This record gives sequence, structure tokens and C-alpha cells, in this order.
Amino acid sequence: MGTPASLASLKSIEWDIVIVGGGNAALCAAIEAREAGARVLLLERAPKPYRGGNSRHTRNFRCMHQGPMSVLTDAYEEEEYFHDLMLVTKGNTDEPLARMAIRTSESCLPWMERNGVRFQPSLSGTLSLSRTNAFFLGGGKALVNAYYNRAQDLGVTVVYEAEVTHINIEGDSFNSVQVKRDDEEAEISGKAVVLASGGFQADIEWLARAWGPAARNFLIRGTPYNRGEVLRDMLDSGALSVGDPTQCHAVAIDGRAPKFDGGIVTRLDCVPFSVVVNKDGERFYNEGEDVWPKRYAIWGRLVAAQPDQVAYAIIDAKSANLFMPSVFPAEKANIIAELAAKMGLPAGKVEETISRFNAACKPGAFHPTELDGLATKGIEPAKTNWARPIDTPPFYGYSLRPGVTFTYLGLKVDQTARVSNNAGLYRNIWAAGEIMAGSILGQGYLAGFGMTIGTVFGRTAGREAAAYVN
Amino acid sequence: MSIDVLGPLVGRQSQGPTASAAIDEARRQLEICNACRYCEGYCSVFPAMTLHRAFDDGEVTQLANLCHNCRGCYYACQYTEPHEFDLNLPRALAEVRVESWERFIWPNGLAALFQRSGMALAGALFGAIAFMLALAYGLRPESGEGFYAVISHTVMATLFTVASILPLIVIGIGVWSYWRAVGGERVKLKHLHDALIDAGRLKNLSGGAADGCNYEKEDRYTMARRWSHQAVMWGFLMCFAATVSGTVLHYGFGMEAPYGPFSLPKLFGVPGGILMTIGGVGLIALKLRAEKSLGAPAVWGGEMAFVVLLTATALTGLALYWATGTGAVRPLLIVHLGTVLALYLTLPYTKMVHIPFRLAALVRDAQTKRA
Repeated sequence: MGTPASLASLKSIEWDIVIVGGGNAALCAAIEAREAGARVLLLERAPKPYRGGNSRHTRNFRCMHQGPMSVLTDAYEEEEYFHDLMLVTKGNTDEPLARMAIRTSESCLPWMERNGVRFQPSLSGTLSLSRTNAFFLGGGKALVNAYYNRAQDLGVTVVYEAEVTHINIEGDSFNSVQVKRDDEEAEISGKAVVLASGGFQADIEWLARAWGPAARNFLIRGTPYNRGEVLRDMLDSGALSVGDPTQCHAVAIDGRAPKFDGGIVTRLDCVPFSVVVNKDGERFYNEGEDVWPKRYAIWGRLVAAQPDQVAYAIIDAKSANLFMPSVFPAEKANIIAELAAKMGLPAGKVEETISRFNAACKPGAFHPTELDGLATKGIEPAKTNWARPIDTPPFYGYSLRPGVTFTYLGLKVDQTARVSNNAGLYRNIWAAGEIMAGSILGQGYLAGFGMTIGTVFGRTAGREAAAYVN
Repeated sequence: MSIDVLGPLVGRQSQGPTASAAIDEARRQLEICNACRYCEGYCSVFPAMTLHRAFDDGEVTQLANLCHNCRGCYYACQYTEPHEFDLNLPRALAEVRVESWERFIWPNGLAALFQRSGMALAGALFGAIAFMLALAYGLRPESGEGFYAVISHTVMATLFTVASILPLIVIGIGVWSYWRAVGGERVKLKHLHDALIDAGRLKNLSGGAADGCNYEKEDRYTMARRWSHQAVMWGFLMCFAATVSGTVLHYGFGMEAPYGPFSLPKLFGVPGGILMTIGGVGLIALKLRAEKSLGAPAVWGGEMAFVVLLTATALTGLALYWATGTGAVRPLLIVHLGTVLALYLTLPYTKMVHIPFRLAALVRDAQTKRA
């Protein structure tokens, strides 16, 4: 079944399952439901080139395994996986749901391969994850393409640019969705619905209401289409929620990134080798507290707390090649004052900050890839690792801004991915992916776990919904 | 002239506009790719890219010639149009590649002509056939049997020796310029070994862990292009072996063409010609279905004409074999020899030059990988 010409033509079909969203979780649900024989309609809000939500920007899948499996080396068992999750969430998780996601991840990997996803061994810069995370060949968009092809082959009907504005619910039952495309509006009925339409991080006004006006200066790393209308609508209808409604996961990224959809290339790994100042030219945090993968999320919040939500990382020629190249070339100058002026910073203040920092650096061995303990003495805040003086021209500068990855507020689901309200479980409403991830990721983030949640709960939702309609 | 003493100290930086808009555009895209690296598993271009932080003109040219245009990276890319980064790496590299051949091969204008114009190549073909026709009638041999009753062996051998050696000299000089531009080092046996294995298997059309290219079916992987190209490549090599064995039989053993069905020239030539024909027809069909804008659209016509010419060479050769002993030999031989002559003479100026440049790029890649 191809893309229908009009929404009206969809109304005449008796749909078993309507899937709201078009990313990883939605596609997993569509494939499972269709394989179980259901008649499936998938409504993707984005146009075809931008289909796939934030899954487009992902690159791997965190997977439990008891021995070498596909591209994964060694073993990564339930307890270690769960322990890693507890570390990042500080215990802010639903243990039974989390364990269910972890355990099920093992059988998901072969399922993904069967449905066209291709994996590649970890290569440059990601070797540290070769045991825990399976990398998609070509990244998340290639995965999304594979699933759309699979869904099409199975006979799932996909509609792009279809914006779901309302979920019609009567009592404990879903009846239909209200859909808009271009100037056309339609009410499309179905026997069950799977909600997989992501979080609300692309709705800047919502972010600003939740977080405060500073959020208007945040950059959104992923899709501009995750505006949370369906989540809002469900909450207004009385669905139970989980997750802190005021919080989002933000990391420090290159300040010159586009407002939306900058994705992976906006990442900037130079902070541990830098002196970082705010727009007043002052340092505000220990740049060398820990290795960058463990600190980039903290820096998102730190930069968000600075005036105008911006910061500036300054390095010298010694460190220029110690991190992955950024997509935006650094500002460059042979003296600090000139660099500061190029970045619009008070030159005198920056010079003073750098010379005080340099004076606090002590001799010692520098090891860029490990905590080397090379620390400053006598300044606040201290830099406790990789503290080398910024003294070798040319000097380089990057601006940093908070980049929002996802929001925590979501729908509360049970082990079968079913959504509930105060009176109990809805009869025929399931949710999967970012829209319910807050149940498990109450805080922090674990690389590749978003795709695990999407795959596990997407598949579960698709199967459960199909079992219900059959 | 200045001596670049600072070079080794400051490292190579990409800076300032160069003469080539195609290289500048490819460099812009490569810098974005190098900050992403999601495509590392598709082919050799991406691992080679990660060895640099900035790309000088030679490095861009090397990566462009390493690219086999499998298009996996295009369909996997989060930054393709309408995204503001507007990436289309297969096209950017194809345009640099085409331009580099035009730049390195003397005289530059000819490459631009035959690469870009299918009509020019067709003209060359008709010219060559007419030439053979004139030769067959103007220099009609007084004696001679079989093919040599049409054109004497001396004329044929002299003509094709010259027609193959001259283009090879031109190509040799071009590849040498390429080698210097990309910073190639002394070639060792192990580099050749690696390059020939990659070329022989067409590793870079395999898609890595995927099943082939994203070519004629958009984002679906298929092996059709790799297998078709394999058929053409190995078929071509077998036809070449047939020619060599024929030469040896003629001069070494005094055995003249036409050769029997179980002779070496036929054992190589017939299956080789069949393979080339099947593969060539396959490549033509695939090229018709593939998206033009993911290659260099300006040379699409010239590339298509080249594949047709190559396929016609094989097909007329086969026809000649089946016509043995009939009256069709004479016209077929003239057409076949004309086709071969056109193929040879335009060798440095058509898509055919991708063979030496691709091999050079694979050798250079082996050097940087082993370094």
C-alpha cells in the first residue's frame, strides 16, 4: 500500500491499529502488528525526507548479551546493565520496567537484523562502547529506512505530513484520531492506537514555561517535529504521567549549531582541555572534573545557568588535535586578547582569567585519554585534570550552548506498554518510545538506551495491540 | 617560489578558495562528514577521511577517486537536502573525480569532450568504423585468409599496436600527475596486493555489512551493480587474455586466426565476451533506473555512451565468432574493429580512465592504511 492521495480516502478503511508517530518505536510497533495480521495505519507528522523523528540522529542500540553476539564483543549481562542505568539515573527509574527493557533487548538485536537493520563494528572514537552498544551501519536514518521498507513490504499504510491533533477517547476506550494534513482534516477510526510521537522538546514555548525563559536560548539537537501535541492532549484527557515535567536532557554543544536538527556534528569535545569562561570572561566550573562522556550532560546545565546561556572554551595549539574535529571551525588568533575580541568577549577580563589560570598550573605528566590528576593550585574553581597553561599560540575558541536532546515528562505505562488514567488501564491505548521513556529514564541518560526503550516497547505495544484486535 | 618550512609544524589546514569550486564543495561536505562518521562501515572513503582533520586539494582528490559511488552514505545521511547542511557526498566526490581526470589527462579539452558528450563518443565510433571501412577497401590485401582477407595482418597489428600504446602513454603520464598530487609514496608489493584484492572483489561496492549498493532502488541495498560490474571487469580481463594468447599463438607458433573453439583465444574470448555483454547490459539498465543527481549529472551522457560502446565491443566480437565462415564476417569485422579502435583511441578521455585512477587511489589507500 502506498501513500494515499487524501485523508478522506483513509476514512473508508476499517483500521485495526493506528500508529501515531514515525520513528523507531512507531515502526517496530507497525511491523509487529502487521506481522500479526492487523491492518495498520502509520501517521508520521514529518515530510518524507525528515521521517523518523529523533531516531534519525541515533547511532546505536544498548544490548544485553551473555556472550559475543553480532558485532558485540564479550558479554554484557543484566546486572551490569542495570547497574549502569542506576548510576546515570541515580535510582530514578521503574525497576521492573527497566529490567524488562534490559532483558528483552537481547532478543531484539536478531529481530532488528531480520527486519533489515545492519550493524557495523565500533570504529574510530567509539571503541569503548564495542561491548555494550551495537552500532547501526550508516546510523539511525539507515535503520529508519530499513524499517520503512520492511513496513511497506508487509503492507503497512504510511502517511507523511499527517499531524495528529487529538485522540478521541470515550471512558476507557480509544475511538479515533483527529488528523490534519495541509488544509485537510479528518477523523480516522481504529480498534486500537499506539502512541509513539516523541517528547515535547521542539516546542520552545513549552520548554520555556517548564524550565524558565532561559530555555528560549537552548538549541534543539533533534527533529523540529517533536512538539508534544499528542502527549499534551493525552494529559489533558486525564492520562497518568511520569517524569519531571520541568526537566529536559541537555548537553553542551557548539554554540553555532542550527536551532534544530544539528545532530551529532554539533558535539564539541574540547572542554576537558580548555579554559571555559562565560560572556563576562569568568571561569565558572572545573573543566577537568571527569572524562567528557561523563560530563557533557552536566555542562549542558552549567551553560544553561550562565548569562545568556552561552560559554566559551579556549584552547591553545597544544590541544588542537586532541578531540574530534567540530563541524564549525574554531575562532583562531595569535594572542588571547584578539581571540576574545573575535568572540565578542571582554578582552582584558579574559586575559586576566587566562593568566591567573596559567599561574595556577603545576608541572606534571599530561595524559589526554585518562584522568591524569594534573591539577591547578590556588584558584577557584580548580581544574583537577588536564590543567596545562594556555600559552602556545595560535589560540582557538569555540562557543558552547545547551543542546536539548529529549524531555523527561511522559505517559505512564505498564509492562505491556499500555497507558492508564486514574481509573486504571485504558482498554486499547499503548505507548512506546520517547513519549513513555520517562518511566525508565527519570534522570540522566545512558548511551543507546533510548533506542532500546523504543525497540522493546514498540515491539511490545505492536504485539499487544494486535492481540487485542484479533 | 617559496619553500613551505612551516608546513610540518602547523599541519595542513584547508584554507582559502582554490581554483576548483568542485573541490571546495567536496571539502565543505567532507568536514561535516568527518564530524559525524556514522558511515564508517560502508567503504574505504570514511576510514581514510578520519586520518585527517582538514583536507587539502590532494586529499580531496584522493578521497574522490577512492569513492565507488555506491551511495550508501547518501541515503543514510541525516543532513541531505532539505537540511541546511545540504550534503550529497556521492555527487560532490563524483564531480571532483571527473574534474580530476580532465585535469590530469593531456590534452584536457578532449576528456571534457568525451566525458561530457555521448554524441562525441558516438561520432568517434562512426569515424573509426568509417576509417576501418576505408582501410578495408583502400588497402585491400592481395592474399590472406579469414580476417586477413579483409585487412592484412600487418596493417591490423600495426594499427592496433599504435592505437593501444599511445593512449596508455597518455594515461601513464596522467596517473603519475595524480600520484604526485595526492602525495603518493614509493609503491611496495604489499600495497599493490591490497589494492588488487579490493579491486578484484569490488569491496567498495559491497556496502560493508550491507548487501551492496543503494543504486537503482533508492535506499534498498542490492548486489545488482556489483555483480554486473564484476561480469564486465572479469569479462574484459578474459578478452584481454584472449588477445594476448592470440598474439602468442601467431608470433610464437605461427598459428593464425581464426582459431578453433577449443583454442586459448576462444576459451578466454567467448565466455569473456558473454560476461562483458551480460554485465554491460546490466549496467546500462541499472544506470537508467538510478538517480542522476547522486552522480555527476554533467557526464551522465558520456558515461552511458561509454558503457554502450564497451558492450558493443563485446557483442560485435561475439557476433563475429558466430559468423565464422559466412559472408557476414566482412562487414562484422569492419564494425568490430571500428568499435575496438574507437574504444582504444578514446581510452584516456572516457569513463575507462576510472580503472587506472581507481587503482592508484586504492594503492594510495593501502599505503595510508598500512602506515
